[in-house]
Amino acid sequence: MSYAKQDTAIRTGRAVRIIIYLVLLLFALFYLLPLYVMLVNSVKPLHEITGGGMMNLPSGFTLEPWVKAWKSAQIGVEPTGLSPYFVNSIKMVVPAVVISTILGALNGYVLTKWQFKYHKIVFGLMLFACFIPFQIVLIPMAKMLGLLGIAGSTSGLALVHIVYGLGFTTLYFRNYYAVFPTELVRAAQIDGAGFFKIFWRILLPSSGPIAVVSIIWQFTNIWNDFLFGASFADANSQPMTVALNNLVQASHGVKEYNVHFAGAILAALPTLLVYVVAGRYFVRGLMAGSVKG
Amino acid sequence: MGFLDIHNAAKAYGTLEVLHDINISVEQGEFLVLVGPSGCGKSTLLNMIAGLEEITSGEIRIKGTAMNGVHPSKRNIAMVFQSYALYPNMTVGKNITFGLEMHGTPKAEREKAMADVASLLQIEPLLDRKPGALSGGQRQRVAMGRALVRNPDVFLFDEPLSNLDAKLRVDMRTEIKKLHQKLGTTIVYVTHDQIEAMTLSTRIAVMNGGLVQQLGTPQEIYDKPANLFVATFMGSPAMNILPATITVRHGKPMACVSLHDESVVPLQLSQNNLTEWDGKQVILGIRPENITDADGADRNSTNLVNITNTIIVTEPAGSDTFVTTSMGGNDVIARLRSDANVQSGKDFQFVLDMDRVLAFDPENEDLIKP
Repeated sequence: MSYAKQDTAIRTGRAVRIIIYLVLLLFALFYLLPLYVMLVNSVKPLHEITGGGMMNLPSGFTLEPWVKAWKSAQIGVEPTGLSPYFVNSIKMVVPAVVISTILGALNGYVLTKWQFKYHKIVFGLMLFACFIPFQIVLIPMAKMLGLLGIAGSTSGLALVHIVYGLGFTTLYFRNYYAVFPTELVRAAQIDGAGFFKIFWRILLPSSGPIAVVSIIWQFTNIWNDFLFGASFADANSQPMTVALNNLVQASHGVKEYNVHFAGAILAALPTLLVYVVAGRYFVRGLMAGSVKG
Repeated sequence: MGFLDIHNAAKAYGTLEVLHDINISVEQGEFLVLVGPSGCGKSTLLNMIAGLEEITSGEIRIKGTAMNGVHPSKRNIAMVFQSYALYPNMTVGKNITFGLEMHGTPKAEREKAMADVASLLQIEPLLDRKPGALSGGQRQRVAMGRALVRNPDVFLFDEPLSNLDAKLRVDMRTEIKKLHQKLGTTIVYVTHDQIEAMTLSTRIAVMNGGLVQQLGTPQEIYDKPANLFVATFMGSPAMNILPATITVRHGKPMACVSLHDESVVPLQLSQNNLTEWDGKQVILGIRPENITDADGADRNSTNLVNITNTIIVTEPAGSDTFVTTSMGGNDVIARLRSDANVQSGKDFQFVLDMDRVLAFDPENEDLIKP
């Protein structure tokens, strides 16, 4: 009987299903439209864009705008293109992501497996860090960076992002380790492993899914950050986002839309790449409830 | 002084005292089982021996050395956990040798120790697998291998069989017992399963409410339980408990017990010192195997009493038939032979082996010693 029911459910669903897929397809196209516009216009000569027809496919295909955006566009004083700023972003993102993730993992480890008297309060306060608006910390942070002597440098920016990211990474790892069997830690203690050995040999190797979540989250946030980059970086340490803004906002000469489009894609590329490579682990990591022994 | 001495050990979390003044002395090669219901403090005590929990007061000594404040890895103990606690990211081989590696044993020695343990437990084909790819029984073996490889002074088992299915549990029980006989190691084993406790141990400590209720051999615990808690906790089905009033007739103590139809019958007791309880209430304890049908009664008993009582429920278990009836207002389970002709609702003639009946003081629930 239940079989018959299932059967009819599928048959009556077919028409509905087609409609659903059509609607989904339409939305997908709608969402992809900006990407299409950017891609198409980044490989057109400028006159094709200014002459109207932004939606048309390029009639004269050229990679010139990409090369220009990367190597020779006027950003700031020198016509350097975006490449040095790309390097700045990398110099900021990589240490910031790595350090904030490792510290978050350590925090999570201590908050779940080496609990101390006020661990709940400490965790609560760290959670609070997730909700502090960026703007509030701008001035005190500028003061701190000045005191530390790393104002206007990529390491200064990295520090800002590490501090800001710790709340999130700690939250991720704490919740992940909270369901990690404590018996494993005890077994390792009896086996003679110390604090860091247990962390390094037992917990970290089992933290893949949540590490991916932390890395993606941190990477996209830090890479896409504009406010801190605009506030704390000098001309030589500006990240990609700020440089892109300067490129697009440049007030002299013609507006080279094709170069702007190419630059915007270049700026978005690393986060896209991270999603493509690690994205499928993202949901898995968020869902990961328990580690089976 | 024993091999492992627990001396006045107590544990408190803040003001909440979970273990009070525990005193147990374990000899070398002994298999001590800590048994009790959940929350009785048995696992806490085990963790205190392991060094995973601090001792609030008192002392735990292994081979005469006080272990208070000594790190778990320096106590020369090994522990098998309920969840096995195998490291999920390491192969079986790595799991087994991790402890040796942490203690700085050279690689060649580690390999040899691992090979020995693997052949002892017959897990050689599993050495390259990850724990996730093992069955429950295999994980159990690996967990034991990890404990054995260290060649520790004391083995600690924390409910190691409770995650296995019924059949495997019985198999592994035998396996553990064989291993103990073969290696002669000192074992402290925590379980809530009284059958495991009875079958495995050389001595049992029955715990409840943070106290050791009784410490003794399985036979002592079963035949002479110190109090009502021990009597009812050990044994399956549990010992029957029935209130009775003592009267003395012709110098012999009789227990007056009401039956299913509320008639009161006097049962002559074998324990003569109960005459002192004339006119008072006691609690009688009778194990199901001492309430039988006429053919199943113990021939060596000096005092068999026949009573006719109504059967409430019958439960054929294959080897025996368990029958529920009512005595003293309580449900009472009798263990009859499987071919006994019983039917619920009908009367049946039961035979009580009064030699085996125990009496408890209703005030403090302690055994009234013969």
